[in-house]
Amino acid sequence: MTSLPKNTVKKLGLAIDLDTCVGCHACVISCKEWNTSNYGSPLSDMDAYGENPTGTFLNRVHTYEVETENNDYKVVHFPKSCLHCEDAPCVTVCPTGASYKREEDGIVLVNEDACIGCGLCAWACPYGAREMDADAGVMKKCTLCIDRIYNENIPEEDRQPACVRACPTNARHFGDFADPSSHVAKLSTSRCGIELMPELEAKPVNRYLPPRLKTDQGSNNLPDILTPMINKVPKNLKGFLSWVDKVLEKI
Amino acid sequence: MKPATSLIIFTVLSGFGFGLLFWLNLNLYSSTNFPDVIIFPTAFLISIVGLISSSFHLGNPQRALLAFTQWRSSWLSTEAVLAVLTLFTSFIYAVLSIVFKLYIFWLGLIASGMCLLTIFSTAMIYTQMKTVPRWNMKVTPVLFLLYGTVGGSIILNNGLLSFFLFLILGSVQIWTWKMGDQQFKRSSNIRTATGLSTKDKYIRMLEPPHTGSNYLLKEMVNIVAQKHIYKLRWISLCLLSLLPAILCLLTTTANINYFTFLAVICVINLIGTLISRWLFFSEAEHVVGLYYDR
Repeated sequence: MTSLPKNTVKKLGLAIDLDTCVGCHACVISCKEWNTSNYGSPLSDMDAYGENPTGTFLNRVHTYEVETENNDYKVVHFPKSCLHCEDAPCVTVCPTGASYKREEDGIVLVNEDACIGCGLCAWACPYGAREMDADAGVMKKCTLCIDRIYNENIPEEDRQPACVRACPTNARHFGDFADPSSHVAKLSTSRCGIELMPELEAKPVNRYLPPRLKTDQGSNNLPDILTPMINKVPKNLKGFLSWVDKVLEKI
Repeated sequence: MKPATSLIIFTVLSGFGFGLLFWLNLNLYSSTNFPDVIIFPTAFLISIVGLISSSFHLGNPQRALLAFTQWRSSWLSTEAVLAVLTLFTSFIYAVLSIVFKLYIFWLGLIASGMCLLTIFSTAMIYTQMKTVPRWNMKVTPVLFLLYGTVGGSIILNNGLLSFFLFLILGSVQIWTWKMGDQQFKRSSNIRTATGLSTKDKYIRMLEPPHTGSNYLLKEMVNIVAQKHIYKLRWISLCLLSLLPAILCLLTTTANINYFTFLAVICVINLIGTLISRWLFFSEAEHVVGLYYDR
């Protein structure tokens, strides 16, 4: 049944820190690696070595240039994967029952054996979290690495989503948002976690921690350490270096 | 959105077929111009071709029967179930009236109501999408019901009625385009999508996630050549509404209401509807494009 559960016991999801993400795309690659070799059909690539390579990804990192409240500009890397919405519109539109939201932990999944590949759920998702695999013709989406987080055959520290495990800057945090004492819930509260596109009323679980504002160094009257050092560079070169300088100027 | 041929044919033909059946089941057609042995099978054929066309849009059509299971929650499934039930009910009515000359009014009434419900649920597949503000309007199902039933109304052999119906269709179409153009601005923007910037601050995409294209861009971020939009709207409006309306008016004065002429009106209307449906998909902006700054 593609009706949504009224309430889920847990609300598993990610808190993504936009302040620490450096846009290295390690999460993209590790997500692709894990989800290609494990649950469901592989994430295929089309024309991988040709003119127009495309592929299925469950996690993509966008990069934006943003003017902050302090009128300076910031480059913000913005990883985007399924937000495991409470009112997931992708689930209710599914005609076959392939899409569902788990009552026990709130993870939104696709039963690939029942997916007819109509693509309606991808249309219904505001966030572009679902992609139809061009090879298998079924809908692929983030499973929150359900085959890692409950997997007792792997070391305990590995029992979190591949993207979280791979992140070199700890920008991705995994946990239960229904529990106010959880790491992610606390992070979200203390850093004013953002809900993406709240006006579409999908009630996403994942939260984005906005980049912190730069501290204003000018008004702090800190001693200028760098400038004197820069001034020390001799302006009139002598000897061999002077000769090299002249030769290079002439070339 | 990508204007997929299979979906354009599906929505236009199944709508038109069920629209024809709507009038046929009410026994309102002119049987001298449109003998029931011809017009009933034609209507069934058009609807079924439309419905089958939708399966060409599927990645795994061999599992299509599963689409009949979620009729309580999914409009697509509701539409599939209703379409089959409507065809079945209409078929029984058709057999009784053609073979046994039994015209059961209440059965026809139910079948006609089901035709309207089927067209309505087809429209709701698109109308329900909050992510596509241009579709997410109350007028969308009204327009779909008009597309379906107005063209078929010529089998009533009532030129004046069809004339007015075609004009109503044209007016609602214009109004929908006008309203639709305002919809996206009222919905989301890159600021609500990313939550990064406040109203007067600058924000733009610096780098897309990948250098190439992807499923999302191909399926949902279709950039139509804006310079042709208005030309296509005019062409579609003329074929969809104005030309058929004028021709219908001609049938009342010159008494030329014979089969071929009326069929030509239908075909002109259908071509206009096809162009309009192409625009319906092509013009529709999906909010995921905001993440790509489009």
